[in-house]
Amino acid sequence: MRDHRTSGASLRGAAAALLVGVLWLAPAVAAAQIRNYSPVTDARLLNPEPQNWLMYRGNYAGWGYSPLDQITTQNARKLTPVWTLGTGVAEGHESPPMVNNGVMFVSTPQNQVLALDAKNGDVLWYYKKDLPDDLLQLHPTNRGVGLYEDKVYLATVDAHLVALDAKTGRVVWDKVVEDYHKGYYCTLAPLIVRGKVMVGTSGGELAIRGFVQAFDARTGDTLWRTYTVPAPGEPGSDTWQGDDWKNGGGSVWIQGTYDPQLNLAFWGVGNAGPWAGDFHNGDNLYTSSVIALDPDSGALKAYHQYHWNDSWDWDEVTPPMLIDVQRNGRPIKGLVHPGRNGYLWVLERGPDKISFVDAKAYVRQNAFASVDSATGRPSYDAEHKPVRGRLVDFCPSLWGGKDWPPAAYNPRTKLVYIPSNDNHCGSLKSKQEEPTKPGQLYLGVEVKDIGLSVYPGSKTIGRLQAWDPNKMERVWAQDFVSHSFGPVLTTGGGLVFQGGTNDRYFRAFDAKNGQMLWEFRTNSGVTAVPMSYMVDGVQYVAVQSGWGVDAERMQGALIAAGYQAKNYAKDVPIPQGGVLWVFAVGK
Amino acid sequence: MDNVSGRCACFARTLERRAALKVCLGIALGLHFVRPAGVAAVDPKDERPQDGDRLVFADGERAGQVIASADLPVGGPRVMAFPMAPATRLVRDGSRLNKVLVVHLDPGTLGEETQARAADGIVAYSAICTHQGCEAMAWDDATKTVWCPCHDSKYNPRDNGRVVAGPAPRRLATLPLKLVDGVLTVAGGFSGPVGGQTH
Repeated sequence: MRDHRTSGASLRGAAAALLVGVLWLAPAVAAAQIRNYSPVTDARLLNPEPQNWLMYRGNYAGWGYSPLDQITTQNARKLTPVWTLGTGVAEGHESPPMVNNGVMFVSTPQNQVLALDAKNGDVLWYYKKDLPDDLLQLHPTNRGVGLYEDKVYLATVDAHLVALDAKTGRVVWDKVVEDYHKGYYCTLAPLIVRGKVMVGTSGGELAIRGFVQAFDARTGDTLWRTYTVPAPGEPGSDTWQGDDWKNGGGSVWIQGTYDPQLNLAFWGVGNAGPWAGDFHNGDNLYTSSVIALDPDSGALKAYHQYHWNDSWDWDEVTPPMLIDVQRNGRPIKGLVHPGRNGYLWVLERGPDKISFVDAKAYVRQNAFASVDSATGRPSYDAEHKPVRGRLVDFCPSLWGGKDWPPAAYNPRTKLVYIPSNDNHCGSLKSKQEEPTKPGQLYLGVEVKDIGLSVYPGSKTIGRLQAWDPNKMERVWAQDFVSHSFGPVLTTGGGLVFQGGTNDRYFRAFDAKNGQMLWEFRTNSGVTAVPMSYMVDGVQYVAVQSGWGVDAERMQGALIAAGYQAKNYAKDVPIPQGGVLWVFAVGK
Repeated sequence: MDNVSGRCACFARTLERRAALKVCLGIALGLHFVRPAGVAAVDPKDERPQDGDRLVFADGERAGQVIASADLPVGGPRVMAFPMAPATRLVRDGSRLNKVLVVHLDPGTLGEETQARAADGIVAYSAICTHQGCEAMAWDDATKTVWCPCHDSKYNPRDNGRVVAGPAPRRLATLPLKLVDGVLTVAGGFSGPVGGQTH
């Protein structure tokens, strides 16, 4: 276990109180040195201990699953807060705390990182990136730190990758990923595989050309960069026309998954830009796709494009979960992805190929006329595919069947839990003229011409769904009046945890049947990734609450369209301001 | 640094003095460590607008040309501009924080503070949203307000750039104007901080 360099409760308490008090004043402050810190080794990342949460989704397979089973369907109703921490900032809190043998690291918007005693919430050290004055933050958030050996890695909204000393919070190195003036920024948790720290960039709305880049974990040296949009002459470049590829989008803003047997990292790739398809004619590889990269070289080994020539702002940035599925009696090394395009995709992964297995709509979707049963290539209903110059409506809206919040997989129930939004449709009236400069908003549509509506007769939007990926059947669903931006956690105790609604609740459900077992009203909306850990024999569930970013935008769009925010009067915003909540079963 | 010292002194009164002073010292050293002395020279193109600068079109066919009051129809729409040093004709477009939004309004509709910084009904504000730093500031003709589509904040240009809707935490900074030979000319520095104000 770690220890403090300083001693005495008064000093520790004073340091903690003072550090919280000055959260926004200093770019980097070390309060105490953590002794006996457990280095995060390759072996530990491959087989994380049940009591820890060492990466964004808990394991390389992207399951969002904690094997801990002390909190169960029987005692979940006794969950109660044991400690909290105000983060001192507003905007969308989306990251999970990471826990390594009693030490917690949590990141927040504005690129703060706090190291905490996971048992009692003592602040051990604090870091804040000194962000430039002229920074544009289209998505002011962060989705978590990476842990490796004795360092903590933070990808920042000004497109840097920063390595911190896990014991002190001191900056070990700080590298530029790309020039933020050109629209690049980072919101994802780095994926770390055998000494390589991999990140991608956001900026698809700001005329970027997306990529994944690997850095040496010790030195910060760049090892490779692989673009998600090929240059002329490269494989896939024939799916672009003219110079469209230069600002083609293809953002990568969620941590990838990793298969150690194949030594492949799977990354979800965002949409092509600007939004309407006739701004960038062609299939536009590798946008709205999953790509498989060799972490050693960055070589692109395989891909599958979920939908070609995206025209709906349907990023497919969530990477597929690595799940063993059965198909007609045959075991398949699967890639399972609930798409923003509203279809649940099952693919088969191999060393140099990704094969289509099945796809089925899990929300109301009217843009696909069909999906080819052999290749998975969709055909489109032209009436619902946005083009320049006319108003086109489509379902689901640009926020998709599932936006960025990650789904989860429980190996005990063998169910996939999808945080979806259903019954919403959108419209775009795209511009005729060509777009503007890199680094400036590059949607191809005036924001006032982005429509949102609720399907006639529908009373709910948010829907937590459990699917059997073997049978491709929905097993249960929980509906919410509000839209939902709630990442999902599932546990060995047979539970599913999710927030995401505009009523500020964080909830627990029975993983087998969806029955709601517990709910707790937090300070703000819960759009962060929940996680679970154990210290000294006690299981905890932790999540940040702090409404913002796309949950807030969709809320605003619903109100603008005349739909009342449940529990909130029109024009009264959902309260912002982050708080980290830690729950355990009360005595 | 002064701010931190002040807060430390306050905490020192309420905490066990010796322990708190140690912590204060640590923080002070920490700040010194991450912010070494020495300030890099500012590129003249990055310098903020100065008294006497002319305003020029920021984009479009007339980019770089000075803006005259006759170029701006009363009631909008807005025009994007950069300041230009009159002697050297250097356009201060090195920093996006120098971009300003100019709109010609009916002088009779302007509030007292706005009127004092306007030139014959023409007002100029920082074109950078105070929420998260977007510069895609549009003109909402229906409400005659400045609108940031990134996160849906709105500002009233007749009332000193006050926030009237959305998440923006503070008003837009005003750039005082005067007319010199019919050309829009800067009459002083920005009235407050420019750029996103939440980080």
